[in-house]
Amino acid sequence: MAAVTLAAEQASYRVDGRNLLDQVSLILVPGEVHAVLGRNGAGKSTLLRLLAGDIQPQGGSVTLNGRALPAWTPRERARRRAVLPQSESLRFGFSAEQVVAMGRYASAQHRPEVEQGIVREALQLAGVADLAQRRYPSLSGGERARVQFARVMAQIWEPPADGAAKDDGARYLLLDEPTASLDLAHQHGCLLQARRFAASGVGVLAVLHDPNLALRYSDRVTVLENGRVTGQGPTRELLSRELLERTYGIGIELVHTAGEALPVVVAHPANSLPSS
Amino acid sequence: MNPLLASLRRPLPLCLLLGLLALAAAASGLAAGPAAISGGEVLGALGLGPGVDSTVSSTILQLRLPRVALGLIVGAALAVSGAAMQGVFRNPLADPGLVGVSSGAALAAVAAIVLGPALGLAFAGRWLLPLASFGGAAVTTLLVSRLSRVDGATQPAQMLLVGLAVNAISGAGIGLMAHVASGPALRALTFWMYGSLGRVGWPEIAATAPVVALAVLLIPTQGRELNALLLGEAEAAHLGVDVERLKRWLVLLVLLAVGGAVALTGIIAFVGLIVPQLIRLWAGPDHRLLLPASALLGGALLTVADTVARTVAAPIELPIGVLTALIGGPFFIALLLRLRGRGETW
Repeated sequence: MAAVTLAAEQASYRVDGRNLLDQVSLILVPGEVHAVLGRNGAGKSTLLRLLAGDIQPQGGSVTLNGRALPAWTPRERARRRAVLPQSESLRFGFSAEQVVAMGRYASAQHRPEVEQGIVREALQLAGVADLAQRRYPSLSGGERARVQFARVMAQIWEPPADGAAKDDGARYLLLDEPTASLDLAHQHGCLLQARRFAASGVGVLAVLHDPNLALRYSDRVTVLENGRVTGQGPTRELLSRELLERTYGIGIELVHTAGEALPVVVAHPANSLPSS
Repeated sequence: MNPLLASLRRPLPLCLLLGLLALAAAASGLAAGPAAISGGEVLGALGLGPGVDSTVSSTILQLRLPRVALGLIVGAALAVSGAAMQGVFRNPLADPGLVGVSSGAALAAVAAIVLGPALGLAFAGRWLLPLASFGGAAVTTLLVSRLSRVDGATQPAQMLLVGLAVNAISGAGIGLMAHVASGPALRALTFWMYGSLGRVGWPEIAATAPVVALAVLLIPTQGRELNALLLGEAEAAHLGVDVERLKRWLVLLVLLAVGGAVALTGIIAFVGLIVPQLIRLWAGPDHRLLLPASALLGGALLTVADTVARTVAAPIELPIGVLTALIGGPFFIALLLRLRGRGETW
């Protein structure tokens, strides 16, 4: 029986002779939140695009539920994995609700009332139910990000009914810096929601910049440096002071506070290490 | 808002209303003109009432009916093509006229008129103009979409600049043709530059209109895909849209519609820009509504515009392209100001 995962195996991707990704392996398992950390330009977004099927690896492979990504039709793929882009560019005046409904393009399979119910519920979970009728371009950056989050959840709301393969209906959500334009409360709200979504049988991959968010909300983490994996494993075991200092090239302290199981990652710019 | 008005933002009621509007435009186009013909006589000539004398009958069937048919079909083609191009290129200002597709088609057609006899192309007969026109539209469409790509994505501003250059080159080409042309060919040229619904009759319409009509009917089937495309090309692909296939297919349909329209009536500017914007202003950007509604409103408006153009200063007939540009130019400026003011698109 084929593995029910979204997996990159020894995947490499080069542009103009430069290795953006060098033999990267990553297995995204339904039910888990998997964080990707690394400096700017480390290859985090490239890895996400590779897993999304936007780009093809020049070496290695990417498989979705045991089948090579290109072997799925675009619609079959869309019913199994959704992608939250880092930035959005919609300038036409759709309502927030219409934007979320677009997420159902390949997945719509119910009567209109049921479909509309899914859209409403997704808006609710993303905390933007009250914005449903607002024109998308008139929303703030953070509000737009949450509407997009609702859209990608709606896309893989339930297991696919296309019977294209015996794949347990496993689904995957790829989030490229989902917290970038969100305030502190909404950063936590978004990842908390991602966790809940994962619990319903979705593998969630999140590119993050804040190690604290990774510590709190991810089960596993992959650390990238110059296109190579420099750390991979259960988040709380892996994210040591040494690894973080090496990864970010900055002094790091893990502060334990009373009554909190998790340490807080604090950066000390004054103790910067010479950048590599 | 008044519930009746609100319901007119829904697809079916709005399309029904616009359909009635197109019908009314057609009826008034048949009835209006230098020769006073009553509504009853119009029906008679169409075979829907008691027989009428042959002068009236041929005025309606050979002079006015082809114009009305052209107005409906060319107006629909230009408007729905504008809406589709704006969606494909995610640019509310992408109009077949503005980005140079119409003028490219016109240049090819004009070149065929002026140089055709010398090049021995006369054998193509009434197919020559539409074929040249489709070819010109295809070449400019490819040119514009290639040249407006920056890093693999189509840049709206780049596209307008490329369109500006293509329009300038085509305009110069048409001017050059006018310089070398003589007599009847020269008169034909003014028609291409300013457009007219009065130059072709049934044989030309029969040769070209079916292709245009087919494109007009097929474009609205891609509404959901175009909606997804507005999110971005990568996002649409993530949603399961085969983006490259969709773009190729729509660009093909648009150039068939626009190439055919130009072959029949010359360049008629701004219809493809104004009509979709009006629909978006009224009912929002959803392509499932926008595409069919634009086709209906485009047909109605061009038919009305033609009726005005040939009656307002009768017996002189205003070139219809001049009329649409007179209305469309200021509208375009208002649109730019509004876009600037709101930092958004409809």
